Amino acid sequence: MNNKDLLNLINITVSFEGFLALNKLNLNLKKGELRAVIGPNGAGKTTFLDVITGKVKPTKGEVIFKGKSLIGRKEHKIARLGVGRKFQSPRIFENLTVKENLEISVTTPKSPLNLINKNIKDEQLNEIERLMKIVNLAQKVNSKAGSLSHGQKQWLEIAMLVGQKPDLMLVDEPVAGLTDEETDLTADLLKSLSGENTVVVIDHDMEFIRRLDSNVSVLNQGTVLCEGTMETIQKDKKVIDVYLGRPED
Amino acid sequence: MSLSKIKFDKKIVLSFWIILIALIVAAPTLLPVFRLNLLGRYLSLSIVALGVDLIWGYTGLLSLGQGIFFALGGYCAAMYLQITSSSEFPNNIPEFFALYGVEKLPFFWEPFRSPVFTFFAIWIIPALVAGLIGFLVFRNRIKGVYFSILTQASLLVFFNFFNGQQKLINGTNGLKTDVTQLFGQMVGSESMQRIFFWITAILVIAAWFFAKWVVKGRFGNILIGIRDDEPRVRFTGYNPVIFKTIIFSIAGGLAGISGALYTVQSGIVSPQFMTVPFSIEMVIWVAVGGRGTLLGAILGAVFINYAKSLVSEALPASWMFIQGGLFILVVTALPEGVLGWIQGDGPRNLLQRLGLKRKIETYPSLEVKNKEGNNE
Repeated sequence: MNNKDLLNLINITVSFEGFLALNKLNLNLKKGELRAVIGPNGAGKTTFLDVITGKVKPTKGEVIFKGKSLIGRKEHKIARLGVGRKFQSPRIFENLTVKENLEISVTTPKSPLNLINKNIKDEQLNEIERLMKIVNLAQKVNSKAGSLSHGQKQWLEIAMLVGQKPDLMLVDEPVAGLTDEETDLTADLLKSLSGENTVVVIDHDMEFIRRLDSNVSVLNQGTVLCEGTMETIQKDKKVIDVYLGRPED
Repeated sequence: MSLSKIKFDKKIVLSFWIILIALIVAAPTLLPVFRLNLLGRYLSLSIVALGVDLIWGYTGLLSLGQGIFFALGGYCAAMYLQITSSSEFPNNIPEFFALYGVEKLPFFWEPFRSPVFTFFAIWIIPALVAGLIGFLVFRNRIKGVYFSILTQASLLVFFNFFNGQQKLINGTNGLKTDVTQLFGQMVGSESMQRIFFWITAILVIAAWFFAKWVVKGRFGNILIGIRDDEPRVRFTGYNPVIFKTIIFSIAGGLAGISGALYTVQSGIVSPQFMTVPFSIEMVIWVAVGGRGTLLGAILGAVFINYAKSLVSEALPASWMFIQGGLFILVVTALPEGVLGWIQGDGPRNLLQRLGLKRKIETYPSLEVKNKEGNNE
């Protein structure tokens, strides 16, 4: 643990009625880092995000974010501290328009009084414009989010994540169901976000991870099996055994 | 396409307002007092329906306990009327106390001597009670069916409590208001009832505008967000507990106003306002009128209740079957309610099914091209 770290997970254990979803997991993230997390199904990837965002309380262990412990904090408090999350399947508000979705994400402060009393600030409107351009949704401002294609929904959710201005972005399978072209664009987008933000990407898609060109953590059975660049990972015997050794589709 | 639609909507809205105002102005002269009084009562019920629409239609909280807040508002109004009209009774307290040998006014009656206090109590007390119940329930993340059951259980608790307190609030007999005095006039008199009708009509419109203001913009969007995906709202940094508590409290306040207006127009408040079927009926009005449409809640409450009284006059005891059938029809055929169906593509869909309108092609541009040429 040192001062440059944004997030430290220390000996995290999560037990669901005896089943260890995470087992003494240790992971440190530096500020501005882009980190990919891979692992076979059931390795604990999503639980790992659940622990950071406060959805699941670990049985043991400590989560330190910006020098503060996140254990026991409510989800919305953690989000306000600067942890943003994109879910596995796109979770946007389908009955609201693209713009309204983004308004929800960029609005600060997120108190009822502010929402009901005041109009949205100009700089927040500009931010919405900017986000819509980045993810190519400018034409769809007033369309219901439910009418978007799957790829557009994924991108809208990424835009909502960025609009929240989190220090730490947790991105769960952002390219599931996207075309190759969209996948490449998403990879570039995430790469451009790191540096200023710290980004954690979880995915199965090896091509996509390779394109991210970042450090990779391999999860297996609830613990970090191996960490390093894509090249080191691919040569690691343990990793080959549990994950890469399987024929790729 | 959209431009003509907007103009069309504006015309509809304008003519709607003209008709509405004309009706309100004309109603007292057109309708016999009996019918006018019924209409006033049903209009007051539409205010509680607006509250149900806010919490259920927009926020997804199906409360089966709105009767609590409705009755509380009614009791506040009735207590004021009884106490200010009790000067000729023994001990200067409402008449019913003598039946149970009560000589001293219970302490909580005292503040209701003040019209100002009563004016605020009618909506603030139900809103506070709703806020308290809501906060405890929402903080513990109780939702869905469990929330509905809990509100219904609370309703029964209140019902039984009010039913048993003869010495405090005349128990199961309730508090009568029609023979009390307000500003020197009998509350049950024709002229007073006419005034209450006006007040009710104005308050319904005010409540409607208030509800529209609440759901417009970002606050309303968060409510819809909570309804559709509450965890997502939480992970975006909002605290749903506060939003739900506020909206539940607003619905409680509206129910209180509604209950007070209903009480002065029906002449009595009693624990019957807190029976289980009545609170469920409130939900049915909104379901039939159209969830999440506000106007649908008002129309649903007024039309269903008016139909109820007309049907009950013609065919006594058949109303329950009709109401049940109506609810089943809406749930199976019109899940969005009547107004939701009209606002959606319901009418067009119906015309299509009846073969009166040609099916639209996959792409609107193709549709335009084919219009002059061959059909299909």
